[in-house]
Amino acid sequence: MAQRADPVTRIAGMTAAGLTVAVVLAACVGIVSRAEPGGFGPGDGAAIRFTVMQALLSAGFSVVLAVPLARALARRQFFGHGLLVMLLGVPFILPVIVAVIGLLAVFGRNGMLNTVLGAMGLPELSIYGLHGVVLAHVFFNLPLATRLLLQGWQSIPAERFRLVAQLDLSPRAVARTLEWPLLRQVVPGAFALIFVICLTSFAVALTLGGGPRATTIELAIYQTFRYDFDLTRAALLSLVQLVVAGSAALVALWFIPSVGIGGGLDRVPRRWDARGGIQRWGDVALILLGAAFLLLPLGAVVLRGVAGLPMMPASVWQAAGASLGVAMLSIVVLLVLALPMAGWIADRASGGVEAIGLFGLSASPLMIGTGWFILLNPVVDPVALALPVTALVNALMALPFALRILVPRLRDTLHEYGRLSASLQMRGWSLWRWVILPRLRPQVGFAAGLTGALSIGDLGVIALFADPDRATLPLQMYRLMGSYQMQAAAGAAVLLLVMALGVFWICDRGGRWHAAD
Amino acid sequence: MKHLTFAAVMTLAAGAAQAETPVLTVYAGDYFTSEWGPGPVIEAEFEKVCDCDLQFSTGDLLPRLLLEGKRTKADVVIGLTSDVTAKARATGLFAPHGQDNSALTLPIEWTDDVFLPFNYGHTAFVFDDTRMENPPATFDDLLNMPDDVKIVIQDPRTSISGLALVLWVEAVYGDKAQEAWGKLAPKILTVTKDWSTSYGMFTDGEADMVLSYTTSPAYHMFAEEDFTKHAALFPEGHYFMVETVAKVADTDVPELADQFMGFVMSETFQKLIPAANWSLPSALPQDQWPDGWAKLDLPEKVLFYDETEAAAVQEKAIEAWRSALTQ
Repeated sequence: MAQRADPVTRIAGMTAAGLTVAVVLAACVGIVSRAEPGGFGPGDGAAIRFTVMQALLSAGFSVVLAVPLARALARRQFFGHGLLVMLLGVPFILPVIVAVIGLLAVFGRNGMLNTVLGAMGLPELSIYGLHGVVLAHVFFNLPLATRLLLQGWQSIPAERFRLVAQLDLSPRAVARTLEWPLLRQVVPGAFALIFVICLTSFAVALTLGGGPRATTIELAIYQTFRYDFDLTRAALLSLVQLVVAGSAALVALWFIPSVGIGGGLDRVPRRWDARGGIQRWGDVALILLGAAFLLLPLGAVVLRGVAGLPMMPASVWQAAGASLGVAMLSIVVLLVLALPMAGWIADRASGGVEAIGLFGLSASPLMIGTGWFILLNPVVDPVALALPVTALVNALMALPFALRILVPRLRDTLHEYGRLSASLQMRGWSLWRWVILPRLRPQVGFAAGLTGALSIGDLGVIALFADPDRATLPLQMYRLMGSYQMQAAAGAAVLLLVMALGVFWICDRGGRWHAAD
Repeated sequence: MKHLTFAAVMTLAAGAAQAETPVLTVYAGDYFTSEWGPGPVIEAEFEKVCDCDLQFSTGDLLPRLLLEGKRTKADVVIGLTSDVTAKARATGLFAPHGQDNSALTLPIEWTDDVFLPFNYGHTAFVFDDTRMENPPATFDDLLNMPDDVKIVIQDPRTSISGLALVLWVEAVYGDKAQEAWGKLAPKILTVTKDWSTSYGMFTDGEADMVLSYTTSPAYHMFAEEDFTKHAALFPEGHYFMVETVAKVADTDVPELADQFMGFVMSETFQKLIPAANWSLPSALPQDQWPDGWAKLDLPEKVLFYDETEAAAVQEKAIEAWRSALTQ
C-alpha cells in the first residue's frame, strides 16, 4: 500500500473490531451458560436450505437490478434528483410490518396491480410464494444496493469522464474502462451485505412466502427463544447463521480488489458520454420503473396512515421521543466503532477483515438481546438498560453498512493522499482531521443517517423487556395493532416513516453540505 | 419475649411501609399497557382500593421469567396463557392463588390452584358480511369452501392463537388432522408471525377470513359501531383460550399480591374486562355482562386441552400442520 496507517489508527481499529466480536461472543456465552443438552429440531434442515436459497436469490436480484438503476441515476441530472435518491432509500429503513402492508397494497390480492390486471381482463397474480419473498427482499434492498453503487459512480473523478469524452469512447469502452473496475469494487460487498440481511429475515419471508415452506433460520430461533425456550437449539441455530453469513462475507470481500479507482480534483462530474437517444430513454424508463416499484408501496402506507394520525394517543409521541434518543445513541456508538475500523480495513491489502463488521448483523438480534439479558441480570436490572442495549444492537446491525459506505472512499483517500500526508508528517488525529474526514463527510453523513433511520424503524431487542414508558415507536405501533387499533397504528407508521426520513435527511444533507455535489 | 420482638419488628416494618407507598410490580404482556389495553384501567381501579402503587412491567412473559428465575422483580404475573403455564409452573416461582375456583364462570371446569383465569375467549374465523355472503356453517364447510376464498392464519410456532388453531384442528379431527389441513391448505392465503399482521390483512381486505377470536366482532360493534364483522360458529366446537394471573412465591409484598388476586375475582375487575380487553370475564355470570355483550354469538361446544394434554399432542399437531402445508 502507499502508506501504512499510523499505529494509533490501527490499534483503535482493532479495538473497535474486537469490541464488536466480543459483544456477539459474550451473548453466545451467556446463552450457552444456560443451555442444556439438546440438538436441532424437526424441519431445521429445511429451514437452513430455504434461508440460504432465498437469501442468494434476493441478494442476486437486488444487486443485478441495482446496476442499471444506479447507472441511470448517475448519468442523469434532473429536477428532484436528490429528493428521488433519498426517497428511494426509504424502503430499507421501514419496519417489516409497515413494508408488508405497503407491498400488499400494490401487489396483494386487492392491490393496485391486480386491480389493473382485473380491469384489463387478465388473471390475478399471486404474490405469495418464493417469488414474493424475493420481491419483498428486493424492495427492501434494491435501494441500498442502488445507493452503494451510485456512491461508487459518484466517486469516479470528474476528470475520468472528461478524458473518456475527449477520447470519444463508446459506451462499451466506458463500461470496460471505468464502470467494470467500479463494479468489481462495489458489487461483491453489496451482495454479501444483502445476502446477510436476507439471511436474518423472518416475518417478511413467512408472510409473503405463504406459509411454513418459507420457514427461515431466524423464525426457528424466535420459536426457540419465545416458546420452546430451548437455548441449546437457539445457540446451534445462531451458530449456523453466523457461519453461513461469515463464509459468504469472507468469500465476497476477498474478491474486492484493493486497487482503488483513484482520486481527482473533486470537480463536479459532467457526463459527456451517454448522451445518445437510446441510452437516454432507457435511463428514463429505468428510473421511472424503479421509482414506481419503490415509491408506490410507500405512498400506500402514507395514504392508509394519514387518517390515523389524529387518532394516535399521547404515548405514541412519548415513544417517538424514546426512539429518537435511541437513534442518536446508535449513531454515536456506530461512529465510534465504524470510523477506526474503516481506517484499519482501508489500509489493509485485502478486504477480508471487513467480515468482522458483518458479525453483528448476522447474529440474531434476539440472540444478542437474550444473551446480554442473561449476562446483565445478576449484576444490574436489564430493564433499566433496555434502551442503551437496543441502541448498541442497532449500531452493530448498522456497522456493516457503514463500513461498506466508508471503506471504498477511505481506501481511495489513503491511496491518493497517503504519500503526501506521510511526507508532511501528518498522522493520527491531524491526518483524520485534515485529510480523511473532510473527504469522507458525505459518506459519514450517509452512514450516520442510515444508522439513525434503521434504529428508528427497528423493533429490535426491546420487545423482550421494556417498561411501558420505555417503549420505542415500533414497539408502540405493535402494541396498538395488538389492541385492534389498526388505524392509529397506521398513523404511527406514517410518523415513523417521517421521523426515519427526517433523521436520514438531516445526516445525509449535513454530510453533503458544501461538499462536491 | 419472642412474640414481643416479632410485634416490634412488624410495627417497624409497618411504619416503614407507611412512609413509602408499597409497590406492586406486575409483569404483563406487551399489548397490556397501551391506552387501549386493559392495563391503565386495572391500575387505576386497584390503586383506589390498595393504597399502593401498581407498576406494570411489560415484555415477553415466559422468556423473561425463565431468564430472571429467582431474581425476578415480579410480585404478580398477568397474561400467561394456558399453553405456557406448564413451563411457567416448572420454574417453581409461583405460589397458590388462594382464590375459590368455584366462583369462576368459565365454560370448562378449572381446577388449577396456581394459575387463575381472568378472561377467556375462543378461536374463531372472523369474516365481514359485506364481503362474504355465505360463511361456512361447520368446520367441514370451511375445509370444503371453494379455493378462491382466502383465509389468513398465524404460525403455531410463533403465536399463541396459531397454536390454539392447530390444537383446535387436532381436537376436531384427531388422526385425520393432517388430511383436514391438506383440504384447508389451498385456501390459506398465508401464515403470519403474529395475530396483528393477520388481522391487519383482514381489515385491509387482503383476506376474506382471519383466524381470530369469538370476541373480535365485539370490538367492532362496541368501539366502532361496525356490525359487519362476525365469527363463524361451528357445531364441532371452538378451542378455548384463557389468560391467567399468578402470584410469585418470593414476593416481598405478599399481602398486596393476595389482595390483587382477590381484586381479579371482584366484580369491579370482571366488569371492566370485556371492554378493556375485548374478551370475556372469567368470574361473572352472563346476565351481569356489560350491555350488549350477552348478545354476542358464542359457541355452544367448547374444546380444550389442559396443559398436560396439550403438551402431549402439541408437537404432533404442529407437525400435521407443517407437513400438510409444505407439500
